[in-house]
Amino acid sequence: MLNEEKIKELKKFAINIRIESMKAFGNLGFGHVGGSFSIADTLAVLYGDVMKVDPKNPKSEDRDWLISSKGHAGPAIYAALALKGYFPLEVLMTLNKPGTRLPSHCDKNLTVGVDMTTGSLGQGSSLAVGVALGHKLDRRNNYTYLILGDGELQEGQIWEAASYAAHAGLDNLIAFVDYNKKQLDGFLVDINKPFSISGKFTSFGWHAQDIDGHNVESIYNAIEEAKRIKGKPSVIVLDTIKGKGWKYCETAASNHHVTVSKEQMEEAIEELKKQLEEVMI
Amino acid sequence: MTAIPTKNRIEEDKEMRVAYCEALMDLASENENIVVLDADLMSSMGMVPFSKKYPERTFNVGVQEANMIGVAAGLSATGKIPYAHTFGPFASRRCFDQIFLSCGYAKNNVRITGSDPGVTAAFNGGTHMPFEDIGLMRNIPDITILEPVDTTMLTDLIKQIAAPFGVFYIRLLRKNAIKIYEEGSTFEIGKAVKLLDGDDVTIIATGIMVDEALKAAEELNKKGIFARVLNMFTIKPIDKEAIIKAARETKAIVTCENHNIINGLGSAVAEVIVENYPIPMERVGVNDLFGEVGPESYLRGRFNLTKEEIVKKVEVVLKRKERR
Repeated sequence: MLNEEKIKELKKFAINIRIESMKAFGNLGFGHVGGSFSIADTLAVLYGDVMKVDPKNPKSEDRDWLISSKGHAGPAIYAALALKGYFPLEVLMTLNKPGTRLPSHCDKNLTVGVDMTTGSLGQGSSLAVGVALGHKLDRRNNYTYLILGDGELQEGQIWEAASYAAHAGLDNLIAFVDYNKKQLDGFLVDINKPFSISGKFTSFGWHAQDIDGHNVESIYNAIEEAKRIKGKPSVIVLDTIKGKGWKYCETAASNHHVTVSKEQMEEAIEELKKQLEEVMI
Repeated sequence: MTAIPTKNRIEEDKEMRVAYCEALMDLASENENIVVLDADLMSSMGMVPFSKKYPERTFNVGVQEANMIGVAAGLSATGKIPYAHTFGPFASRRCFDQIFLSCGYAKNNVRITGSDPGVTAAFNGGTHMPFEDIGLMRNIPDITILEPVDTTMLTDLIKQIAAPFGVFYIRLLRKNAIKIYEEGSTFEIGKAVKLLDGDDVTIIATGIMVDEALKAAEELNKKGIFARVLNMFTIKPIDKEAIIKAARETKAIVTCENHNIINGLGSAVAEVIVENYPIPMERVGVNDLFGEVGPESYLRGRFNLTKEEIVKKVEVVLKRKERR
């Protein structure tokens, strides 16, 4: 159970992830705002409390791993890493600039703290299964966290990996589905219906939970429950809003990849700072 | 490097897959990080003994090649040294993006074995007959592409590639090869082996075409033509030095491969020649065709993978050389 103080801290962390990534988007003028903001609360819980990681020893053998198969959530992850102390916040301003170490999609060879290179949707799932298998072989007591997009579930590779993860009994693998209902071209229900995501995973042999993906307490509790499940992998389906935290983005028809003017950036940061004040009360 | 060509080129008793399994079992006994993956072709590959001896280090994921490659890459990120096998067409065509990104771009440490190259797929025919795997793989930066020619070379190469970090594609005949090297021969990755010396023309061959090239050289010898024969078992990084030397000294080259002539060994050699020492060159290989079923002996004829074709192309290239 999280205490009130910790809940406040995690809520603040989530908003700060949005603020810092918004500064990077605004500086660049565009980016994957929608899918970065929808996953911010989960990143806050993971980096703010759950994950056993050390920014001073980012390659530590026993650390927990995070693999974002939706590699385009990179900017939110970079903000979380910077806030956690992996690198200075100013580095976020180099997002997608020539020669950057912070590319649109996660790259373990460029960014300190990023555990896997992803971007071509679906592939992070198999990579996470391999990583979890490797840790099992070495009898490490760590966890591999995998973030999947909801549109990404349309990739067949996800289900190949899901099938084998369950077969191999990977209870050290905990996946999240950022169910923000939208993919690049629009709503999933209009393009390729997801039906029951947790139902699909359950039928593949996973333990599945459906929760509010913007409630840090629910996220934390779901992870705790997932850790109690032995012999099978777990999935936590996060009910989220694409662009969460910035009203303009939440309601925009197309919010997968958006342009961000300096004015919009300031407006969004203003909005997010108000949310921060509300948390403080 | 001491590669000793045998004088007695006969079909080997030991199948290539048996040598493959033995080499991996040897490696596994010395190094606990060696792991093996397959996609429901372990018995075809003769890897059951490995899976019995090292069940915890065997991952047969079932019929899901793309996942297998990703899982192999993930295992390597935790320090494991994976050898993943499936048939060549699946190991290349079907998993190309996974090999390109999850292995190559991500700088993971993975060995991929694609078995049954070209016409050796025989009765599995058109669908399972990779004439394009080298071509696909060559486009992946930093990859190493190897085509072991017999069990001696296979054993040496499989063991050599355990230590270096990177992505390796091993194009592997599964069944009996023709013995080309004496036991105990060792090989240097990236260095061609000169099997025969000659000054009139150089025949550069890989895989099952090495024996055909040597047979062709014997035929040519009777006609007073002295061919140099190189076994270019590393297709990438290609041995530029040996190619340029051959171009300079013999001024005519014929390449031979059990693969499409587009983007395979012939293309790789041509790239070196045109940029360094342009001389006449001809390619023996599959002339941009899809595969089909049949006995290997029939398919070799069907796709012009014969010593007769090599002799013919040598005669063509020598005429071109004379005209210069």
